Amino acid sequence: MRTQEPKLIACAVAVLAFCSISSAQVTKYQEDANLGIEAHVGKLTGHARDAALNYRRYCTGCHGDLGDGEGENAMWLDPKPRNFTLATFRCRSTATGTLPTDEDLYETVGRGLETSNMPSWNPLSDQARVDLVAYVKHFSDRWKTEKSGTPIEIPAEPAVTAQRIKAGQALFQRLECWKCHGVEGRANGPSADTLTDDQNRPIKPFNFHDQTRFKCGETNRDLYRIFMTGLDGTPMPSFMDNVKPDEAWDLVFYLRTLQPMQTPAKEIAKQLGLRPINPNAPAPTSESKPEGENK
Amino acid sequence: MIPATLLSLGIFAVKYSVHAAPPSGSSITGTIKLEGTPPHQRPIDMSKEPACAAVHKASPVTTETVVAGADGGLKNVVVYISEGLSGSAATEVAPETPSWDQKGCQYIPHVMALNPNQHFKVTNSDPTSHNIHPMPQPGGPNHEWNKSQPSGAQPIDAAWQSPEVAIHVKCNIHPWMSGYMVVVKGPYGVSDEKGSFKIDNVPPGSYTLTAWQESLGTQTQKITVAAGKPTAANFTFKAK
Repeated sequence: MRTQEPKLIACAVAVLAFCSISSAQVTKYQEDANLGIEAHVGKLTGHARDAALNYRRYCTGCHGDLGDGEGENAMWLDPKPRNFTLATFRCRSTATGTLPTDEDLYETVGRGLETSNMPSWNPLSDQARVDLVAYVKHFSDRWKTEKSGTPIEIPAEPAVTAQRIKAGQALFQRLECWKCHGVEGRANGPSADTLTDDQNRPIKPFNFHDQTRFKCGETNRDLYRIFMTGLDGTPMPSFMDNVKPDEAWDLVFYLRTLQPMQTPAKEIAKQLGLRPINPNAPAPTSESKPEGENK
Repeated sequence: MIPATLLSLGIFAVKYSVHAAPPSGSSITGTIKLEGTPPHQRPIDMSKEPACAAVHKASPVTTETVVAGADGGLKNVVVYISEGLSGSAATEVAPETPSWDQKGCQYIPHVMALNPNQHFKVTNSDPTSHNIHPMPQPGGPNHEWNKSQPSGAQPIDAAWQSPEVAIHVKCNIHPWMSGYMVVVKGPYGVSDEKGSFKIDNVPPGSYTLTAWQESLGTQTQKITVAAGKPTAANFTFKAK
């Protein structure tokens, strides 16, 4: 027995060593294959291979070595870091269910994500950020088999008028934005407390009343894009099928009246004496007359 | 939009070429039974959506995780051929375009079976908005999407590209709404309130037949289908 033991151990060690070597080789091979992926933003071409060092330095802590969002800091964070292996992204200029464009990811890396722990990475060079976009893509094979969606077309922003704000309010009512965001945009609609993300974690709707910037940008065009394409992975759906491009601007202007900062739209709403529509009022009329008050 | 149109045109082309082949084969019929006491189905409180609460005033609705009749017949079980299909039988796309309706803040049907690339229509019969949010396995071959569908909106046309058992569908506005789309290759059947199902156009051969129920899991059995003769196959699920 005694003589056999070392043999067995040696054998086990050999097997383990063989396994670890072979699995490491497979992983290395796959990773190498994926590391050839590129990202294109403007005239820049990003190479995943060139981002490995920056990713390890700046991103791994939260997003993890494997890009699965399980970095060592992840347990302390809410919202959780994105799991890149799933290739589901909130901030897209493309239809729901499709991959974002490289520009979309580049914007996110540069902008950071408001009310999360994702900071702006604009201090890195443009080239370094495009490389990181390619690196983010290398974590999922979806980028090999599928093309990015087509970005939606956003018409030029029209002038804000009282009529547009009123039409926007009617849309807010008809599309039932208030079911989650609340009639005054205070994130207190009847469904607000029950929302979960795609990993079944609780998630809050955007509170227009006390937040100025959105996760996916802060400009009017960003706001337009957010509700038209939806935020995949969250309860926020795409409204593209049911809102015409011009109408969408009406909704943008109305939403701006709900926010804390001073905007031209808010000034007009004040002059109009615009009040939130009571969703429980009798059948919504086709015109957007403010009906009664709502607490 | 343009790629989507091209895609659907492509699918139509496939559909018609498949359609040209005459349907052949036998049918598999059977009954799905539930053994034991059906689990309690929780009543659904729709008071947050008065329009839907009003619809169900007379007969309140419950969850539908297990729907069993008085005689034990189990509804909403998808029966399909999980092994043994070959050639066109495995790739044929059913020509129907089934509807997935949102009515009274419930999904009708609660469970729908589909082939990969078989188109379906999502409709909203309610006076209220829904968001239709199918949630395939994250990172899998099908991808989550999430669209708002206000009252009176046009139907949404969609299809799943890969088999998946099963895709959970939910509405975030009405968290009680729950349904499943089951995407399988080849012919399929879904059991009715008596637990009966029928699968048509099965070519003769030996197969593994699988029955899937949303909370009781799957069961399989081997069957042999002879030419021109209906084959019987029954399943019994045990209540957990």
